[in-house]
Amino acid sequence: MRALGIILAGGNSFRMRELSQKRAVCAMPIAGSYRSIDFALSNMSNSHIQKVAVFTQYNATSLNEHLSSSKWWDFGRKQGGLYVFTPSVTAESNFWYRGTADAIAQNLAFLKNSHEPYVVIASGDCVYKLDYNKVLEYHIEKKADITVVCKDMAPGINVDRFGTIKMNEESRIEEFEEKPVVAKSNTISCGIYVVRRRQLIEMIEKCAEEDRYDFVKDILIRYKNMKRIYGYKMQDYWSNIATVEDYFNTNMDFLKADTRDYFFKQYPDVYSKVDDLPPAKYNVGAKIKNSLIASGCIVNGTVEDSVIFKKTYIGNNCYIKNCIILNDVYIGDNTHIENCIVESRDTIRANSYHAGTDGIKIVLERNDRYVI
Amino acid sequence: MIKKEMIAMLLAGGQGSRLGVLTSKVAKPAVSFGGKYRIIDFPLSNCINSGVDTVGVLTQYQPLRLNTHIGIGIPWDLDRNIGGVSVLPPYEKITNSEWYTGTANAIYQNMDYMESFNPEYILILSGDHIYKMDYEVMLDFHKEKGAECTIAVMPVPMEEAKRFGIMITDEERKITDFEEKPANPRSNLASMGIYIFNWKTLKEALLANAEQPGLDFGKHVIPYCHEKGAPLYAYEFNGYWKDVGTLQSYWEANMELIDIVPEFNLYEEYWKIYTKSEILPPQYIADSSLVEKSIIGEGSDVYGQVYSSVIGCGVTIGEGAVIKDSIIMNGAVIGPGCELNKAIVAENAIIGKNTKLGIGEEAPNETDPHIYNSGLVCVGEKSVIPEGITIGKNACVFGNTTASDYPGNCLASGKTLIKAGDEK
Repeated sequence: MRALGIILAGGNSFRMRELSQKRAVCAMPIAGSYRSIDFALSNMSNSHIQKVAVFTQYNATSLNEHLSSSKWWDFGRKQGGLYVFTPSVTAESNFWYRGTADAIAQNLAFLKNSHEPYVVIASGDCVYKLDYNKVLEYHIEKKADITVVCKDMAPGINVDRFGTIKMNEESRIEEFEEKPVVAKSNTISCGIYVVRRRQLIEMIEKCAEEDRYDFVKDILIRYKNMKRIYGYKMQDYWSNIATVEDYFNTNMDFLKADTRDYFFKQYPDVYSKVDDLPPAKYNVGAKIKNSLIASGCIVNGTVEDSVIFKKTYIGNNCYIKNCIILNDVYIGDNTHIENCIVESRDTIRANSYHAGTDGIKIVLERNDRYVI
Repeated sequence: MIKKEMIAMLLAGGQGSRLGVLTSKVAKPAVSFGGKYRIIDFPLSNCINSGVDTVGVLTQYQPLRLNTHIGIGIPWDLDRNIGGVSVLPPYEKITNSEWYTGTANAIYQNMDYMESFNPEYILILSGDHIYKMDYEVMLDFHKEKGAECTIAVMPVPMEEAKRFGIMITDEERKITDFEEKPANPRSNLASMGIYIFNWKTLKEALLANAEQPGLDFGKHVIPYCHEKGAPLYAYEFNGYWKDVGTLQSYWEANMELIDIVPEFNLYEEYWKIYTKSEILPPQYIADSSLVEKSIIGEGSDVYGQVYSSVIGCGVTIGEGAVIKDSIIMNGAVIGPGCELNKAIVAENAIIGKNTKLGIGEEAPNETDPHIYNSGLVCVGEKSVIPEGITIGKNACVFGNTTASDYPGNCLASGKTLIKAGDEK
């Protein structure tokens, strides 16, 4: 147990449009059976990090429900465990988390009372598999103060919502720009950091004294010439879901055989809360092409190139194409839905028509549901 | 002092020999059912849903799969500080060491376990039935009637009554007489093998009959209680209940799940059935596939055609394969171009490409005609069937078979092929 984990899961994003009304980005359902934070939590667990703190703030109901037990990720241990820190009024502070560094500062006792020499900080809105021990070894080998996991994005991809990085030939970070209008590099920060615990405490305390609250702006960027900050290049699949388009594309990636093989078949597994749903059921008239169907679904209609999350009911004669249907949606007969994300627990009346003509449409429909 | 009102004892030690190769490596309660479940999930889920949080599971035959499945009971919320689920295999004692020789003998040998919870009532269950039942309602009936033993019964068609243990009752549901598999039944109330006993009554009856060889509830304990004049009552149950003890009934019960609104509905919010889910990801249905009137478990990849079938978790069905009226259990791999008709493929079996199962005319099975008699073809767990083989009906295959085991690339109807020295 060389490291403890911190998962930053407080965020909201206006880029998620209506989808963020209901939940924090980290609680977004992914790939039929998972939620976004499962990937960071499973990586922690699979890297033998046993003590993990999750910082939540924005609309954490769904997230808290998901984290109701630590046993799914094997954190129910005497040594360590899963800790959820939501802002609370204390003698010292009655503020919300004013930034990522402030979130850590307000819970500094957690870091101070631990004994693990290192801290792995990850954000909960990314889909990836990573053995943090490899980053940690790299961190030690480079004698770094902070190691930032980064990834080369394909040329042409807009990186203006990420932090971009320029490294020298030794992989030491020379330039770090947060959300640049014109990026000088297509290497971006994945929001995963390794740092020595005492070092982190020292820097966070300094920040708090100066009323600075952001980990990237006030620590990484300010300290980059003084501290040894290194980049660790990640080669495998990594995707941030914090915009509607990226969220949609990330889910659609799972329709590709190699992505499914990488996440579903190759060791180690990704864990999630078990919902005890029956197997998916296909009635007469069901026609499925190139789709992922989660457990508890009942399908009577046609589904093509889509990801159908748990407990969805699809009526007779429906046509669903290129869609993401989130958990527990009821779709009445003869409905046509194309290029849409249907929000969870929606009830869509029979004979409806929804199509995203110019990009992805988000369908929010709260109708009365007649129990079948 | 620890005090539990009612604890359950679940008999899960039987082999279930009438399921043929399906139980060659696992006890019947551990056999897969309905895509992702195992038979024992139904009584265990009934227990927790009825508020019975202390369950002793008596194991004997091939307990490994059962042990790993049950673990400490997390999937059923039976991981408790006091009580919870305990697996109880036979054990050596200072004076003797014997296997469980009968249903009641198994309970007798675990007297200390029951005693430690200081219960009022003992619920006796068996691990080979598919049903949803609220045992608390049965207990209320038991208390209301002032019974010392209550036997759950269900009305069966008169012509089938001769296959069951039949209870004859008065209008108050008090049992006046009973008959085991009578030629001319006097009632159609069949025992479901579910009993509630007053602990005092059961303890006394077990101690009094301790020396009886093969001590059995139906044959010895219940008659003993009746003779002594203890009030026995029959609790009538009218829901879905299915004994899955034969290949035919096992296949039927699975097939009933795929009806539009099945009589036994797993999709109800109320009374969930829990199981240990090892595989989480959703299932993938490819471009080349057709799936109709079927249920499919998590993490399966379907590239072929599936009609009227029950498919487990983590199954791969290759392109061009056609599966009809079949049951495929967790982790099996069906090669491209295969054709399966009324087949039962057990866990992790591998079927090579273009192999055909359930082809041709029916013929009685030459080794076990009483087991393989319903036109099904069975493939045992972890069995391997090579490419391009044709297998008939009422046939069964077990073990790592190769092309040389199939003269003419064929296994005729009614043949049994068991390999690698594994006895059935």
